Amino acid sequence: MDAVLFFLFAGIALAGAINLIRESHPIYSALSLVAVMGALAGLYLMLGAEFIAVVQIIVYAGAIMVLFVFVLMLVNAAPEVKLDRSKMAKNVGPPLLTLLLVEIVAVLRGKYPTSDLVHPSLLSGDNTRQIGKLLFSKFLLPFEVTSILILVAIMGAVVLGKRRPDDSR
Amino acid sequence: MSPFQDFLVASLIKIALVLFVLLTALAYIVWIERKIAGRIQNRWGPTQTGPHGLLQPLADVIKFIFKEDPTPAQAELPTYFIAPLIALVLGLLSITVIPFGGIVTVAGHSTYLQISDLNVGILFILGVTSLGVYGIALAGWSSGSKYALLGGLRSSAQMISYELSLSFSVVGPLLVAGSLSLRDIVNAQSGYWFRVIPHWNCFPQAIAFITYLISAFAETNRVPFDLPECEGELVAGFHTEYSSMKFAMFFTAEYANMVTASCLATLLFMGGWLSPINSQYSRFVPVVVFFALALVLARFWLTRRRLIEKIVLPVFMGVCVLLGLLFLWPAFYTPAEGVFWFLAKVGFFLFLYIWVRWTLPRFRYDTLMEFGWKRLLPISIANLLITGFIVAWRAS
Repeated sequence: MDAVLFFLFAGIALAGAINLIRESHPIYSALSLVAVMGALAGLYLMLGAEFIAVVQIIVYAGAIMVLFVFVLMLVNAAPEVKLDRSKMAKNVGPPLLTLLLVEIVAVLRGKYPTSDLVHPSLLSGDNTRQIGKLLFSKFLLPFEVTSILILVAIMGAVVLGKRRPDDSR
Repeated sequence: MSPFQDFLVASLIKIALVLFVLLTALAYIVWIERKIAGRIQNRWGPTQTGPHGLLQPLADVIKFIFKEDPTPAQAELPTYFIAPLIALVLGLLSITVIPFGGIVTVAGHSTYLQISDLNVGILFILGVTSLGVYGIALAGWSSGSKYALLGGLRSSAQMISYELSLSFSVVGPLLVAGSLSLRDIVNAQSGYWFRVIPHWNCFPQAIAFITYLISAFAETNRVPFDLPECEGELVAGFHTEYSSMKFAMFFTAEYANMVTASCLATLLFMGGWLSPINSQYSRFVPVVVFFALALVLARFWLTRRRLIEKIVLPVFMGVCVLLGLLFLWPAFYTPAEGVFWFLAKVGFFLFLYIWVRWTLPRFRYDTLMEFGWKRLLPISIANLLITGFIVAWRAS
């Protein structure tokens, strides 16, 4: 049962990711990304991390991707025109990609030699409470720094979007 | 039976029951809305299809099914068909985590009156609500029409904006209860102040209650926030190009969202299935209500002359008397009393929705956004901060 669900969600995620690149219309690309996010949420759910799964849906699929789709609709983006891809990318791309994948697998296997990559015991019980406690104790500094980073980004957007006084129209 | 089979059977029964009740209720909410709208505008509403127009929903469905369903030449095809499905599925999905009452025991098996008691139930509803934007946005975009596109854009912007204040006003009751499970949130509201006032969140969290109601109206695209389907400017907004059953799906989704928002308001702020009366006699309230209803129907029966009413009214009277008698039977009223109060409160909120729709005018688009971002959001954040300080102060 677990294996079936895993391959189902992983398959959806991979198919979505491939379709995201393959699709020429930006809105369909964005929707493929939503499917990837949803499949990831399913994987989190299988690990017993309900809170992270639901937050993944709310934040990524629900908020960020909606904004993407919204902006794409607003500018009414047309399908991109595929030009002839560069020879460089065609010839050097696949070997480099293979190399990267091999490297990732090697590093992961070196770091986690057993097949037990995730310890479900870490997430057992009320994991919302545990995440809250960890965020405000062990990971307080990264958490606050991220908040400030987001605040700076918001302020930057406001400054860029604001009309200057000499802007007559 | 193994526990898993037990769970499977109980879940399937509950899903079938809830789906049947919900879909019937959705059809009749439309009938009630038309009746109330009629009364508010000093007319009758539907009267011709069946007694008191009671068969109107059925007639509507038949019309929806047999109506021609043209697809616009400009439509983006797969998305155009999928968009109403997304809206409908997400609209019906959030009912799964709504608890309707306490525990019920049937033939030795006890189960909660709820399809699934997720420990992140409230977040699940927020997640499903936030995905609901896709149905409307994609419908607007894929129709290939300017009106639909503008309606879809307006609606996405509006739902994104009001989702923030909605989430912030939901967090207040969560902090008070200290849990994300809807069942725990309701249980935290049991008890009474001065033995009279129920311990409901709508009193200490009054500000959150009001901001929640306003944001929920905006989130479900109802008047005074129904800019996405503003007839005067946008024909019918995002569903301009949809007809027949596809339109019916959007329509059902809107009413399903209304029901979810009302259920959530009941659970978070009005004590869910808890009785408002602090007395052992509160279980006689349903009995009195049903008998009174039967009396009202009897009075109608005496004054009306139409043959169909002479036949139908006694049937309804019989149902009311039967329900009243059932509430005197201990094995029935223990689980059913909670459901009665829950449905009564949800009914109140649904009435509020309809009442507001036929009373208030519509916002202008810029004032709508300004209200959401500059008034509602700061108020709900301030309420959250104060609640957080009080909860922390009490805990220390």
